[in-house]
Amino acid sequence: MAHDTHIHVRSQAEFEYAKKKRAEEMRGHLATFAIMIFLTLVAFTMVAAGFSAYLIVPIILLLAGIQVILQLYYFMHMSGKGHGMVAFFMFCGMFVAFITVLALVTIVWW
Amino acid sequence: MDINQRYTPQSWPEHPETATMEGKNKFIGFWLLLAAETVTFASLFATYLALKDKGPSGMEFSAAGLFELPLVFAMTMILLTSSLTSVYAMYHMKNHNFKAMQAWLGITVLLGATFLGLEIYEFNHYVHLGFGYTNSAFSSAFYTLVGTHGAHVLFGLSWFIALMLRNAKRGLNMYNAPKFYLASLYWHFIDVVWVFIFTVVYLMGVIG
Repeated sequence: MAHDTHIHVRSQAEFEYAKKKRAEEMRGHLATFAIMIFLTLVAFTMVAAGFSAYLIVPIILLLAGIQVILQLYYFMHMSGKGHGMVAFFMFCGMFVAFITVLALVTIVWW
Repeated sequence: MDINQRYTPQSWPEHPETATMEGKNKFIGFWLLLAAETVTFASLFATYLALKDKGPSGMEFSAAGLFELPLVFAMTMILLTSSLTSVYAMYHMKNHNFKAMQAWLGITVLLGATFLGLEIYEFNHYVHLGFGYTNSAFSSAFYTLVGTHGAHVLFGLSWFIALMLRNAKRGLNMYNAPKFYLASLYWHFIDVVWVFIFTVVYLMGVIG
């Protein structure tokens, strides 16, 4: 059966440990969220402050990249175990995405 | 074994989303979908970048003149916060706390609906200014890109609501744990796409 699973009742110590570890992980997620908010604020502030486009564009693209990595690896748990195939899929997707953007922006219509 | 087998926090596995064969298959299949979605959005972003501020008609509208940052900033904060609330929902899912999970999913849905409402307001505002879908190559590319994201938000909201209602009396088990987990992954992916939309479309649009 597709839903078959082996039931393992954890001992009190195992249970407490796992619960504590999850709570720690959750605090990490909160820190990640604070960093994301900060990166977003920096990006909007830079644009509102009106610096040169040549300075702002690379920096806000970099900030977006960092934020996406945080989202994928922490909020979506790609840093966890058993995500090898997931990483393979996503990197293939990002590679094709990069080629697509590169081709349409630099070759087709430019 | 019955899929409606009841669990306690102590017998609940550490990774309920991949504890069954069905869960494992859904997990891997769903990430394949997200990789494909990455390519879908890349083609829309590439089209937008190539056609930004391009005609042949409707040239009175440009990204720099049209977009306003305060609304986009509010939308960004709302969607980012909804990403955190869905993390909280999954934290409680792993603790086998069904009520807390439902409550956090409810907050996520409310934030998502607010985001969608603001987006509809924004589009409506542009259309009233005369910047319709068929106005120019720029307007078509803009509405297709941001509208596809908005459609994803709508789908994500419907997904969450359907799961919450369908499983309201069932409680958490091996049948629905993978479903909740994947819906929250989808929600995070929507936020990932929005990060690029607010950066590439709005911030880079305002710069000119």
